[in-house]
Amino acid sequence: MNMNTNSSLPMEYQSEQSRLNILGFWIFIGAEIILFATLFAVYGVLKPRTAGGPTGADIFVIKDVIVQTLLLLTSSFTAGLVIYEMRRNHLKGLILWTVITLLLGAGFLYMEINEFIHYVEMGATMQTSAFLSSLFVLLGTHGAHVTLGIGWAILLMIQLAKRKITPVTAGKVHIWALYWHFLDVIWIFIFTFVYLAGVL
Amino acid sequence: MDIKWDKILVGGDPLLVASQIAIVLTTVGIIAALTYFKKWKWLWDEWLTTVDHKKIGIMYILSGVLMFFRGGVDGLMMKAQTAVPENTFLDAQHYNEVFTTHGVIMIIFMAMPMLMGIINIAMPLQIGARDVAYPQLNALSFWLFFSGAMLFNLSFVVGGSPDAGWTSYFPLAGKEFSPGIGNNYYMIAIQIAGIGTLASGINFVVTILKMRTKGMSLMKMPMFTWTALITSLIIIIAFPIFTIALLIGMMDRLYGTHFFTVEAGGLDMLWANLFWLWGHPEVYIVILPAFGIFSDVIATFAKKRLYGYFSMVLAIVIISVLSMLVWVHHFYTMGVGPTVNSVFSITTMLIAIPTGIKMFNWLFTMRKGKIEFTTPMLWSLAFIPTFLIGGVTGVMLAMAAADFQYHNTLFLVAHFHYTLIPGTVYAVFAGLYYWWPKMFGYKLSEKIGKWHFWLFNIGFNVTFFPMFFLGLNGAVRRAYTYSAESGFSTLFLISAIGSIFLAAGFAALVYNIYWSFRHAERNVGNDPWGSGRTLEWSIGSPAPHYNFATLPEVKSIDAFWYMKKEKKGLELRKSDIKPIHMPAKSWIPVYMGAAFFVFGFVLVFEWHILSVIFGLSVLAGLAFRSFDYDSGYYVPVEEIIETEKWRGEIK
Repeated sequence: MNMNTNSSLPMEYQSEQSRLNILGFWIFIGAEIILFATLFAVYGVLKPRTAGGPTGADIFVIKDVIVQTLLLLTSSFTAGLVIYEMRRNHLKGLILWTVITLLLGAGFLYMEINEFIHYVEMGATMQTSAFLSSLFVLLGTHGAHVTLGIGWAILLMIQLAKRKITPVTAGKVHIWALYWHFLDVIWIFIFTFVYLAGVL
Repeated sequence: MDIKWDKILVGGDPLLVASQIAIVLTTVGIIAALTYFKKWKWLWDEWLTTVDHKKIGIMYILSGVLMFFRGGVDGLMMKAQTAVPENTFLDAQHYNEVFTTHGVIMIIFMAMPMLMGIINIAMPLQIGARDVAYPQLNALSFWLFFSGAMLFNLSFVVGGSPDAGWTSYFPLAGKEFSPGIGNNYYMIAIQIAGIGTLASGINFVVTILKMRTKGMSLMKMPMFTWTALITSLIIIIAFPIFTIALLIGMMDRLYGTHFFTVEAGGLDMLWANLFWLWGHPEVYIVILPAFGIFSDVIATFAKKRLYGYFSMVLAIVIISVLSMLVWVHHFYTMGVGPTVNSVFSITTMLIAIPTGIKMFNWLFTMRKGKIEFTTPMLWSLAFIPTFLIGGVTGVMLAMAAADFQYHNTLFLVAHFHYTLIPGTVYAVFAGLYYWWPKMFGYKLSEKIGKWHFWLFNIGFNVTFFPMFFLGLNGAVRRAYTYSAESGFSTLFLISAIGSIFLAAGFAALVYNIYWSFRHAERNVGNDPWGSGRTLEWSIGSPAPHYNFATLPEVKSIDAFWYMKKEKKGLELRKSDIKPIHMPAKSWIPVYMGAAFFVFGFVLVFEWHILSVIFGLSVLAGLAFRSFDYDSGYYVPVEEIIETEKWRGEIK
């Protein structure tokens, strides 16, 4: 609420309200960690309960998952470059790297949707067994977060094109980047505990 | 799309038809009155679009009072049904619906908003802040709560109420055994309100950590603010678990997944675990702010500093940790074996230790104090012995071996009413009487308040004390009737008579609000109780919309008490007044409430195409917010001086 600014700090920390927003978003990420932890716990409990349907090893295509992982990890790196460009006050670089990040994110989503179609074609739907219900909801919740992150970044790009890099827009981009990195962290857990643990 | 027109209106039962007519007439009446008195613009500008934490708090409290009425009527219907054996006032199905909505409404749509409302009003004033960290998010929290509450309340006339208990245990709550849409309401309406609650939790934590006035270190905060902080942390930790439980419960009911079903590998006890992983912390979410209210009220009216402040803080922190570690005690009978049950037995009993510390601290605060028997103080005094009964029976229930006898009997029901009513409800009443002048600029009548207190307190004990013995004699909860041979009749009848007094007590509160609105003395000054200790009593009553003309500086705990004593730090100088920055009003929160309401409604009815369309309307609200750059306005110095005239001449 307070409009006081302190220009010795990075742009996104200069206004009081941005500082509050960033702290609040960190706490929100804490809540999101618990949300995903609950989903992982549910998955862990229901994983052996395949009810005669396919198991993870029967349906996972590890090659595709590795491509998905590379796409998302790279997008996290480019999201880092977004902040780097923002701190250098390079609007063009900021927008360019955001677009690249979003393309990588969209590629990830495209592959995830194909993965779901592949499962359904194999007769592994979320109505087949408790294991598949928990798999689809865990992956789907992560995928929905990625989708939201893409939409969010598009809205921010429009605002940046109009308003340039200011303490307010910089705070918004910073928070979006936190969110994007967080989704990457969650994916590492999914990759390990769902896919690797599923086929090993 | 399979439109269920035939299911929309629940018909047949005269009680329901009467309610439907009453709802339609009330709605028409409100709309007509608003139009006739030309109040639409006032409603929109002053209330619907407000981001002022005090107004939001008042809306929470008003909704809470309304929900108290609804949940109370449910309770009275149960008491009427069980007053005599083999009664036919309600049938089994109707009884199931009534005890389900009674539980959900009282916990989620009454206790929560009442406490959220009081935190909203008092906490920013106690820490010397001008608003919460995110005023617009705060309004969103309220509107999501309100939207969820309205959606849930719609169920009993539109589509049918949920009927699987407030715990909504699967597989009973699943599609297989509850094919109607009633239980969809449970999964969706609570989810909407829960999102708002999580947002409030984050909002309050950031507010308390970052917006305290100069000099107020954490250990100088009023106890109520401490409990608001710890409660908010529990909300942030516990609510996401329920978010997922409700989400996958909804997936099971709407989209045919198998999380909790009997077939295809589903696991019904998974729901019970997830539910109570949220549910037990939830009872501490509603009890800790209550402890905070009692702490402030007792210190104020004993006119002494709170005894053992540090141990009080430590106690609530320990309680908050233990609250996460006891959930299995709700289903010892699940049969996980003596080892697990013993662990949870011990963690549960451990909670009695920090709670006991708090009890003794309250008693020691009063020792040698000059106790003033005001209405808020009466509620606090009555709380101690009645809550003690709830606590002691809680330790009885904590013993796993013994619990196999008490499980699902009225003994348990009596126990948790003895904790939640003296704990939360008495605290809400104490808080309302205590802070009412700060909200509205006049006190509630002390005389009617005493009627309220005695009727409610006696009614409460007469209603619930017999239920301990009914439970010990084997009367189970959630049974809609019993035979005359069971020998339960006398105690059930006494309990039913008690509930009439309880209802009369509530009526006295409502009458008190009406009477005081009309007749109570205005101009009560900044410190209407004369013995206020904390910063909220240093500003005008009602609190001006910017709260503090100049931000106070705090040197010790109970800062206002010492400012009064030392006559320092209270005067307002003209040269110190600067324009105050305030956040702008916004239509987005109320829009989001409406969008979520419609989205939730079409989801409940499983109209999948419509739910996609209205889901987009929710996303549109987020987009509007993203483009909202209104950074608020400044209150000019002249307006501040005008508002602060009650202080006398400002030099």
